[in-house]
Amino acid sequence: MADPASLNTLAALDPVHERTGSVGDMTGPRGRRPRRAFSRANIFLYGTLILVSVYYLLPLWVMVMTSLKGMPEIRMGNIFAPPMEVTFQPWVKAWAEACTGLNCEGLSRGFWNSVRILVPSVIVSIAVASVSGYALARWRFKGSETFFAILLIGAFIPYQVMLYPIVILLRELGLYGSLWGLVLVHTIFGMPINVLLFRNYFAAMPEELFKAARVDGAGFWRIFLQIMLPMSLPIFVVSMIIQVTGIWNDFLFGVVYTRPENYPMTVQLNNIVNSVQGVKEYNVNMAATLLTGLVPLIVYFASGKLFVRGIAAGAVKG
Amino acid sequence: MLVPNHSVRIRDLTLTYGAITVLRDLNLDIHDGEFLVLLGSSGCGKSTLLNCIAGLLEPTDGQIFIKGRNVTWLEPSERGIGMVFQSYALYPQMTVRGNLSFGLKNARMAQAEIEARVAKAARILQIEPLLDRKPAALSGGQRQRVAIGRALVRDVDVFLFDEPLSNLDAKLRADLRVEIKRLHQDLDNTMIYVTHDQVEAMTLADRIAIMRSGKVMQLGTPDEIYNRPQSKYVADFIGSPSMNFLDGHYERGTFRAEGFQIDMAGYQLGAPQVADRPAILGIRPEHVATGALVNAAPIKGEVTVDLVEPMGADTLVWAQVAGKPFRIRMDGQARVVRGDRLTIGIDPSKASMFDAKTEERL
Ligand SMILES: Nc1ncnc2c1ncn2[C@@H]1O[C@H](COP(=O)(O)OP(=O)(O)OP(=O)(O)O)[C@@H](O)[C@H]1O
Ligand SMILES: [Mg+2]
Repeated sequence: MADPASLNTLAALDPVHERTGSVGDMTGPRGRRPRRAFSRANIFLYGTLILVSVYYLLPLWVMVMTSLKGMPEIRMGNIFAPPMEVTFQPWVKAWAEACTGLNCEGLSRGFWNSVRILVPSVIVSIAVASVSGYALARWRFKGSETFFAILLIGAFIPYQVMLYPIVILLRELGLYGSLWGLVLVHTIFGMPINVLLFRNYFAAMPEELFKAARVDGAGFWRIFLQIMLPMSLPIFVVSMIIQVTGIWNDFLFGVVYTRPENYPMTVQLNNIVNSVQGVKEYNVNMAATLLTGLVPLIVYFASGKLFVRGIAAGAVKG
Repeated sequence: MLVPNHSVRIRDLTLTYGAITVLRDLNLDIHDGEFLVLLGSSGCGKSTLLNCIAGLLEPTDGQIFIKGRNVTWLEPSERGIGMVFQSYALYPQMTVRGNLSFGLKNARMAQAEIEARVAKAARILQIEPLLDRKPAALSGGQRQRVAIGRALVRDVDVFLFDEPLSNLDAKLRADLRVEIKRLHQDLDNTMIYVTHDQVEAMTLADRIAIMRSGKVMQLGTPDEIYNRPQSKYVADFIGSPSMNFLDGHYERGTFRAEGFQIDMAGYQLGAPQVADRPAILGIRPEHVATGALVNAAPIKGEVTVDLVEPMGADTLVWAQVAGKPFRIRMDGQARVVRGDRLTIGIDPSKASMFDAKTEERL
């Protein structure tokens, strides 16, 4: 205890000394205030975080482990145990051979259908939403507020209510059952949230920038393309994440508005998992589910980085 | 309606937002090559007026002429105006060169001509070394120079400035103020300049328009505005520290107030005959004579010093006259302390008198 360093630390922790620290006394608090690693707040914080992580990660663990086991091993019952013998056969089967009631092509067909639905849907919906948001934020036209209000109300109407009217709409347009019909549906249903996002983002941009561009003779499109767009990477990434995950995970519209040959991956997955022929192949089902979830996961990981970079770039005020 | 020596004419301009009237029946004639400053308290409609002139806001009623041309329905880019904003509003993802040439490219100007104009503007504003930088890599003063350059390259008739210097620190503001004044002398363009800052207004303006809730209260040279304010509002608004006001009565050439009276001989009345009435006498703190100068002043009196505020070049002394605080501006070298008796002199010819009810100059 005679160690002078520890005496200093004690003095630093003494609140009375801290307040009165007399002139010329060089032993008082100095520099960064020491923080204890195992304070009650920290234990509580990290404890909660670990608990929540386990809660979410455990099912994932079970899925991954099960998908790597053979059926005999699964029947032994230890669902938490890692595989004694790792096999990728279930993954191969889920991708290429698993049977639905209709075909035995595995998920691959659904995957490519989903891609063919996803790419145009994301592009079209983001293009339409960004231009609409820009127009609503910056070019107030007669009735623009009303239009925006109606759009927002649209976000609160349950999808089920609109299912049948849209079937009729698509039939009248001659798009029912086709991929483009589904693209149209995804674009429409993505509008409220994405237009809101874009409108708010553009409205928060300095108005004087927009005015300066108008004085410089730029019109609607030039301001959008040359001034606004280069400044809005972050919001495009956000919108893209919302749309990609939303459209990829969609099941309802996929099953209602397309024919079996165009079924997206989620529908295909459902048909594989729920097919009643033969034994339940848990490992194949787990692998198929993981495969289906992979795309949104990759989007999150890939764009997360871009997202942060985008925000950082926008933060430098110009 | 072609009036060659009027650069900008504003006729009966009204702008309303629903029930709120921001500008009402505003008329303003701005001469060719004139530097007009719009001065007024916050929210009085200065920016709104400027935006109307620029074509960025649609007036509810009225007309705007620029160089004799009715531009009321024209797009901002077709009006022959350039605008400089308070926040600079530079395009962040373009270089300085890109910022300067954006408007010219939109006008489909030939590349060689664009380059020549950018080079010329950069030379005038001394931003040549910065041409390939992005705005984020510029200081506030440099950004504002680029913003001015953006108006300069377009070779416009009228420059509009909306508080261009208010985001800068005091020293830079003073420097750029001089530069803007020099620019105006060199270019001879018409400039309309919005500011909160009296010093900017007084130093830059050929004429100042004092605005209040959407109306022009007085339009005149800085000298007229300062020395012959037409209303109590203008008198109070201009000058720092602000004018002293004494309540009293005007009776046959004499101003009477509680405890004293001032013979107004020497005061130039606005009308040959002014009837007796309640009046307000306004005296600027710097027009109160002290020390040796008292002897030259027609009216003399004595006050007790309440408070002393030394400001370096001069000293502001607070006293009481007729029961109200009275400010006196003294030389910075004067040594006064609280409680001193001070002899002061007043010259009615430098004072301003207002009707107590209408607050208009008598
Ligand atoms: N979109 C709007 N809707 C309703 N009122 C508005 C709107 N824009 C401005 N106003 C009102 O118009 C008045 C004038 O605004 P303006 O921006 O012209 O003031 P200003 O004189 O430039 O003030 P400052 O010196 O603070 O810049 C303000 O009272 C403001 O509240
Ligand atoms: Mg303003």
